[in-house]
Amino acid sequence: MNGLLICCVLLPMITAVISFIWPGSARARGMVSVTGSILLLLVSSVQLYYVAVHGPISNQMGGWQAPMGITLIADMLSALLLVVAAIVATCISVYSVSDISDERVEGGYYTFLNMLTAGVAGAFLTGDLFNLYVWFEVMLISSFALLVLGGNKVQLDGAVKYVAINLISTVLLLTAIGLLYGLTGTLNMADLSQQVPLVENQSLVAVVAVLFLIAFGIKAAVFPLYFWLPASYHTLPISVSALFAALMTKIGIYALMRTFTLVFPGEHAAISNTLLIMGLLTMILGVFGAMTHSDIRRILAFHVIGSIGFMLLGLGLGSPLAMGAAIFYMVHGILIKALLFMIAGIVGKLGGTYELSELGGLYKERPGFSIIFLLAALALIGIPPLSGFWAKLLIINASLSQESYIVIAFVLIASLLTFIPLIRIWSEAFWKARPETPKAHVKTASEPDAYAWTPVLALSALMLLFGFLPSTVINLSDTAANSLLEPSAYLSAVLPGDEVAATENAQ
Amino acid sequence: MNSLILSTISRLLVGLMLLFSLYLLWRGHNEPGGGFIGGLVAAAGIIVYGLAEGPALMRSLIRVDPRTLVLIGLLLAMVSGILPLLQNNAFLTGMWVFIGATETDKGLALGTPLLFDIGVYLVVVGGVSGMVIAMEEEL
Repeated sequence: MNGLLICCVLLPMITAVISFIWPGSARARGMVSVTGSILLLLVSSVQLYYVAVHGPISNQMGGWQAPMGITLIADMLSALLLVVAAIVATCISVYSVSDISDERVEGGYYTFLNMLTAGVAGAFLTGDLFNLYVWFEVMLISSFALLVLGGNKVQLDGAVKYVAINLISTVLLLTAIGLLYGLTGTLNMADLSQQVPLVENQSLVAVVAVLFLIAFGIKAAVFPLYFWLPASYHTLPISVSALFAALMTKIGIYALMRTFTLVFPGEHAAISNTLLIMGLLTMILGVFGAMTHSDIRRILAFHVIGSIGFMLLGLGLGSPLAMGAAIFYMVHGILIKALLFMIAGIVGKLGGTYELSELGGLYKERPGFSIIFLLAALALIGIPPLSGFWAKLLIINASLSQESYIVIAFVLIASLLTFIPLIRIWSEAFWKARPETPKAHVKTASEPDAYAWTPVLALSALMLLFGFLPSTVINLSDTAANSLLEPSAYLSAVLPGDEVAATENAQ
Repeated sequence: MNSLILSTISRLLVGLMLLFSLYLLWRGHNEPGGGFIGGLVAAAGIIVYGLAEGPALMRSLIRVDPRTLVLIGLLLAMVSGILPLLQNNAFLTGMWVFIGATETDKGLALGTPLLFDIGVYLVVVGGVSGMVIAMEEEL
């Protein structure tokens, strides 16, 4: 099992290199990327199985023991999310073959796609805060490249906003890491969880915690720091938007969960109300934003923000039940966002535009495809027995057990409001007749090929299965939540057992 | 840009800077220097040459596509990490050979950290000069 962890990071990197130097056509390079992501999916599934059976596994890079060296560690949360990310990466790789122009592939599209996957895998698996920052950078640089690749003017405009806000968040993150290192002299997260309570200047620790909250909050597109997301997501090719929407913001939430349970558990309790309010506002404003727009991609981008709110609620409530619900919501959110964006891509191809007023008649032409969209939309809203229902039920259940009735009210209102924009997509794009005289900017409709249909069908089948049999994922996310809140297994996986015991005695 | 002085000086400079960058790369394991700094110096040399002679000659100076250089570098760095895995050590563990070692002297020490540094060097040279070439060609 020695190489399992590093394999998950190396595989996408190797795929990135091979897909660039592969001599064949754009399609052949796409196939290299597909093969690489399927391998990653296999390896990460083995890892999830291993972690589920044997508990967290860790590796010390270069043979330097923690806390000196860099630790890679897979506990239940990282292993579960990595599998989900690998599923998304596979689907997007396949979808890209139909969606991405040869010019973009020539520019290294698949290389950056796989480097981004490597960054995501690294961020999930690292046990070191500075290394986490490095993986964030790997992700950001790749996402910048994906943003501007084959760029037109609109795309560059969106990219500048994205780059600017992310650079600010990166500087904040680096500042926070620097301060924390100055306070404790270590950046290994397991070691930090023992060192931080011993720091004399606890008020400075609180400041550092808030800096982390802001830095990761920007990346997660949390209220009031979400404005950059809808400004950039709709300008991209649909595979890139799907990838960003599914993964990028969730990494921010993952980092928040990890740091606030492991490094700052004390501060977590202190700011739980702030987290709750931020979550509620993110949720409501995301849905409001979705209602005001008429471009399918923009509507979906605001839904990404809305779903971030739900996950933040789980972190804010802080109980094992709530964290489990948030993790379940994350799994559901990542998959459903990827699916909806890919469906939006097909709508755009069939209709020649993403503008709701110019679309129409899709139900008459494509009843089967319409059902897929309807199922995905209902899953997002949370109609039983689809996956979104379980996700929201778990959050409501967690808030009930803590008697946070305001949270329940907000969750219900937000779910109800989520209904409106999605049903508007349904009634405008699918139900009403297509407008007689199309506007000038509407492109001619084209038939999506098998590379576009396959991932959509596969992912919707998975989502259906997920909805009817949620218990496996619920169990996994509850285990993940418990190991987050009771990190003793994590700590002893990173640090040699005697050292942990010694520090505990010292306290 | 058509400046006789710049283009004459740049030809002298580019060789000097490339040589110096290799020196930095080599001493980097134990003293200040290393793949990153060395790569930056080499890229700076190539850029000085490019400013005087234009992006087309800059491309022919590097001979391969800068992006290929980046990927080869990445591959080398990864190989330096994977090699110890094959001996069942942790990823990136240093492996060394000592050429001509005696009782008192380690001789010429070659190892995977150097390979890693060469990888970093290539990534930086390719990345930085690639970006500058792309920008020069846009202008």
